[in-house]
Amino acid sequence: MKKARIFKKPDAMLEVDSHYCAGCGHGILHRILAELIDELDIRGSLVGIAPVGCAVLAYNYLDIDMSEAAHGRVPSVATGIKRARPDTLVFGYQGDGDLASIGTAEIIHAANRGENYTTIFVNNGVYGMTGGQMAPTTLPGQRTATTPNGRDTSTMGFPLRMCELLNTLESPYLIVRTALDGPAGIRSTKKWIREGFLAQMEGKGFCFIEVLASCPTYCRISPEAALEYLKKEVKPFFPTGVFRLASKEAVNA
Amino acid sequence: MQKRLLITGNEAVGAGAIEAGCDCYFGYPITPQNELTAYMALHMLAEKRVFVQAESEVSAINMVYGASSAGCRVMTSSSSPGVSLKQEGISYLAGSELPAVIINVQRGGPGLGNIEPSQADYFQAVKGGGHGDYCVIVLAPSSVQEMYDFTMKAFDLADLYRMPVMVLSDGRLGQMMEPLKPKKRSKAAAAKLPPKDWSLTGAKDGRPKRVVKSFFPADDTLEKHNQKLAAKYKMIQRKQTRAEDYFTEDAELVLVAYGTVARLCREVVRRARKKKLPMGLLRPITLWPFPGTRIKRLAGRVKGFLVVEMSAGQMVEDVRLAVNGTVPVAFYGRMGGGVPEIDEIYRRARKLLKEKL
Repeated sequence: MKKARIFKKPDAMLEVDSHYCAGCGHGILHRILAELIDELDIRGSLVGIAPVGCAVLAYNYLDIDMSEAAHGRVPSVATGIKRARPDTLVFGYQGDGDLASIGTAEIIHAANRGENYTTIFVNNGVYGMTGGQMAPTTLPGQRTATTPNGRDTSTMGFPLRMCELLNTLESPYLIVRTALDGPAGIRSTKKWIREGFLAQMEGKGFCFIEVLASCPTYCRISPEAALEYLKKEVKPFFPTGVFRLASKEAVNA
Repeated sequence: MQKRLLITGNEAVGAGAIEAGCDCYFGYPITPQNELTAYMALHMLAEKRVFVQAESEVSAINMVYGASSAGCRVMTSSSSPGVSLKQEGISYLAGSELPAVIINVQRGGPGLGNIEPSQADYFQAVKGGGHGDYCVIVLAPSSVQEMYDFTMKAFDLADLYRMPVMVLSDGRLGQMMEPLKPKKRSKAAAAKLPPKDWSLTGAKDGRPKRVVKSFFPADDTLEKHNQKLAAKYKMIQRKQTRAEDYFTEDAELVLVAYGTVARLCREVVRRARKKKLPMGLLRPITLWPFPGTRIKRLAGRVKGFLVVEMSAGQMVEDVRLAVNGTVPVAFYGRMGGGVPEIDEIYRRARKLLKEKL
């Protein structure tokens, strides 16, 4: 007789009411992380680094060692932890402001040095925590608190595509973009974060998983409409897929 | 261990750090401390320890944050403009109660300034260049030997009190060469250090998780955290204040100076005493905690003070605070990388004495 599969709260997820909005990508990602922590049994070696942004309190939700970092500095903190204790498993969890705005230097250089840690980049196109301002990944024409008439590319530039940018570097091992736009996207995201942890365990190098997520609150749409928005408007600008999955030798060949 | 070395002050800092068991060094090139980054690049790798040239001073101080949170002994170094960049990180280190050693080899400022020695970062170092209520222990060496000794001491203080400790030197001390007598790290001192049972190692064997943070948004948790820090700083003021007296016992005019300027003032006092002039020198060794009580006591029996700095006058404010108007406090300074000559300090001091006598 088949054993019943039980859908339960992962052990790595704490019994805490989260502050995330309905339809927020962070809630899904935290669960994905917690499931992976249980499945891979990595609580004893895992150190996570929380960003400044909506996920600043991530350490309240996950039952693992975690550190804060100043805004944008997660890759440097990760470098410090991983170089100091190479046996730990380190992940950085950053939003679009943290990684693609104030932290662009840090992520590029950590990637370029091939730092052996895993980055989860949550791209939801807006600054949630501070009230919905423009992010580097905000789409052209998108209205936000600092682009009331829509993002004008002639004065505010175009959205930054971090996977494509990092893909110009020799050192990274894994660069992939997924989307939390449905069950398939959620499964794909979990698969690639798992790959990111396994690759780190094998010392493969810098792993970068960009995850397109919803912010229904500051896109001012319902959670359902936000999923449609991801599929119809965001994905065309940020194509999902594997940009890099290779050793340094393969890239340099 | 070699008996004596002839090396630069910057390299002496490196030698002291390595003897102190520095696990990780994160730095960035900037004059006049490049001898230290080069020394660490060579010797840390030779010792199979961690050396990273970061992409910026900002990144370096955050690498320090990471390695410290993982429980390792960690150091970074820079000079004035680069230390400005580190201020956010230092505030975070202090707020998160993380040990770290930060070396500032001061140069002329403000802005890009020049590469000559200066003491114009006193305010930044001692009054907290970063945001919020916090203190950093600040040690002021005035010889190559002290660059070595105080760096070793800095690691112990940082671990003992879980806070950043700064060694405040300048371009002259950093690049001059003097004999250094290396000494072994004290096992007794190491044994007194508390275990790092707060460090992030992965939650092994089912132990409760640990969090390193300085964010306390709930209710009055941040106020309580600040009170805890304030209590720690008060204890450090009681236990770790250090200063050196040179002919202050019967002095009428006491010079107050630290670092390079203290070396010059010592010579001023020596010449003065040869001429039977009652001068003395009080040399603060810890700039924070500041030896205010010692100065206050001196103020009870001397005729006045002359504070000498390579700045527009920064430490002089703390001297005046301690003296509290009881006797005159004069100031002599050189700015923008200017280094005073012994003669010019001596003339000023002698003039002050003559005016009082």
